[in-house]
Amino acid sequence: MSALRIRRPWRLAAEAAALLVAAVVAFPLYWMVLAAFKPADEVQSAEPRPWTLRPSLDAFRRVFDQQDFGRYFLNSLLVAAAVVVASGLVAFLAATAVTRFRFRFRTTLLVMFLVAQMVPVEALTIPLFFLMRDVGDAVPGIGLNTLGSLILPHLAFSLPFAIWMLRGFVRAVPEALEEAAYLDGASRARFLWQILFPLVLPGLMATSVFSFISTWNDFLFAKSFIISATENSTLPMALLVFFKDEGNDWGGIMAASTVMTVPVLVFFVLVQRRLVSGLGGAVKD
Amino acid sequence: MTATGTRVSRASRPGRRAGAWTPWLYLAPALVLIGGLLVYPLYQLGLISFLEYTQAQVSGGEPTSFQGLGNYTELFGDPQFRQVLLATVVFAAACVLATLAVGCALAVLLTRVRALPRLALMLAALGAWATPAVTGSTVWLFLFDPGLGPVDAALSALGLSGFEGHSWTYDRYSAFGLVLLEVVWCSFPFVMVTVYAGIRAIPTEVLEAAALDGASQWRIWRGVMAPMLRPILVVVTVQSVIWDFKVFTQIYVMTNGGGIAGQNLTLNVYAYQKAFASSQYSLGSAIGVVMLLILLAVTLGYLRLLRRQGEEI
Repeated sequence: MSALRIRRPWRLAAEAAALLVAAVVAFPLYWMVLAAFKPADEVQSAEPRPWTLRPSLDAFRRVFDQQDFGRYFLNSLLVAAAVVVASGLVAFLAATAVTRFRFRFRTTLLVMFLVAQMVPVEALTIPLFFLMRDVGDAVPGIGLNTLGSLILPHLAFSLPFAIWMLRGFVRAVPEALEEAAYLDGASRARFLWQILFPLVLPGLMATSVFSFISTWNDFLFAKSFIISATENSTLPMALLVFFKDEGNDWGGIMAASTVMTVPVLVFFVLVQRRLVSGLGGAVKD
Repeated sequence: MTATGTRVSRASRPGRRAGAWTPWLYLAPALVLIGGLLVYPLYQLGLISFLEYTQAQVSGGEPTSFQGLGNYTELFGDPQFRQVLLATVVFAAACVLATLAVGCALAVLLTRVRALPRLALMLAALGAWATPAVTGSTVWLFLFDPGLGPVDAALSALGLSGFEGHSWTYDRYSAFGLVLLEVVWCSFPFVMVTVYAGIRAIPTEVLEAAALDGASQWRIWRGVMAPMLRPILVVVTVQSVIWDFKVFTQIYVMTNGGGIAGQNLTLNVYAYQKAFASSQYSLGSAIGVVMLLILLAVTLGYLRLLRRQGEEI
């Protein structure tokens, strides 16, 4: 539907509506950043104003000074990065297997990947808790209270969706290219990593958004698996410290929220185009 | 070696000898991870739900004993569980309907405007989408904070006297409503972007031909666009159902673990509280199984829809 064929007054009304909705949708984020930069007395004021004339970094200072926040930030980043890289590689291999080969149980596997996406991660917290505890007893370094207990489950949970989504991108690479590569004497491994992988990379970027977000957002596993080793905690936990019975430190909460949201926003903007085309591709598939 | 010899093409027979193990080699890391951290815990979840498993058994003080369907009987005999189950279904349904309505309406709106307003709306939506659930929850809680939040202040400024220092999380329905607003806010962008991409993918010639034939806007929507968009609508609906049924963080953070006297519990939070707050791991697992079965039913329905539409998996 081209915008040109709509009559002018209607189009102007639609544009006004779009801008209004955009403002409403963006408002919570604006308010978050605003409160993070407001001085404490303005945040605590009963007459909140939608601007500030005295921006201050006090809330951010409070966040980074008192709460070991930098450490949590690095932990979150490390966990998310590990999941994105590992799930990207593993999903790429698996997606290649299910799109470029015909073998027994192929369809069964695909249905399994689809069903696996629907498994409520939250329901598995209980058995995973015991699994992580037992693994920790056997192999020190990846059990409860370690970053491994956050990386491994997220890795497993992000795989089915990543494989499902990457299929379309792998399939889009023409078969003729593969044949040409083999005719030129390329080995299977060489074709896989030097030809197919770079071509699928844009798709991997789109997929990685989802694994990044679900890992970065994780609240439940961090809350359940990191029990005593607070030095291995992640950002969502750090945020809750500012909720207090005698009155929440909203300035601190908003500053911490800002620090937690900005990396995702940057990541989103960077892969935005790929994301939209990726979604289109995955859905059409 | 020739090209056809080393490579098993899409058209070739299954299980061809040359490199028949290659796909399994490629699949191995994924299968090990999914098997170990998804399938095995699933089995464990089912198992624990049939056992007596509380703190005593976890610490090894008492032996575990098989309960059969005992945990399930206890669960369904508990009026609180039935109430939470009902609340979860109603809440999820309301979230899905609201998300789809807002997402689809805005997708259509996007097709009617020029580039600049479209970019503004897209960027705002991407921002909401990118916001982590925890921070989204804290921000919405702050917006509706009694006393310090702008919403109460604005309502009082408009002359609505009842809203000075009004607590939105105190009442059961307004607390659920507040969580619903946050959920819709952060999940409508997925629907909007996907449906918008779907509408853009419809060839303009088709729509023009329909218009030339004298079809009304409504007829074009009913006869041309809706059928072409149906696969996309199915995907976003199913994703929303699955997503909204499992909302955990928002409820947990915004209603402080399930609301006053558990008035805002949903299955997820309820299972968590049962297992980790009161160490009734077997009851928590049974709740998890109930949730799983409901979502499985949705998934199977989805698969049937895909099959009926003749999609090749």
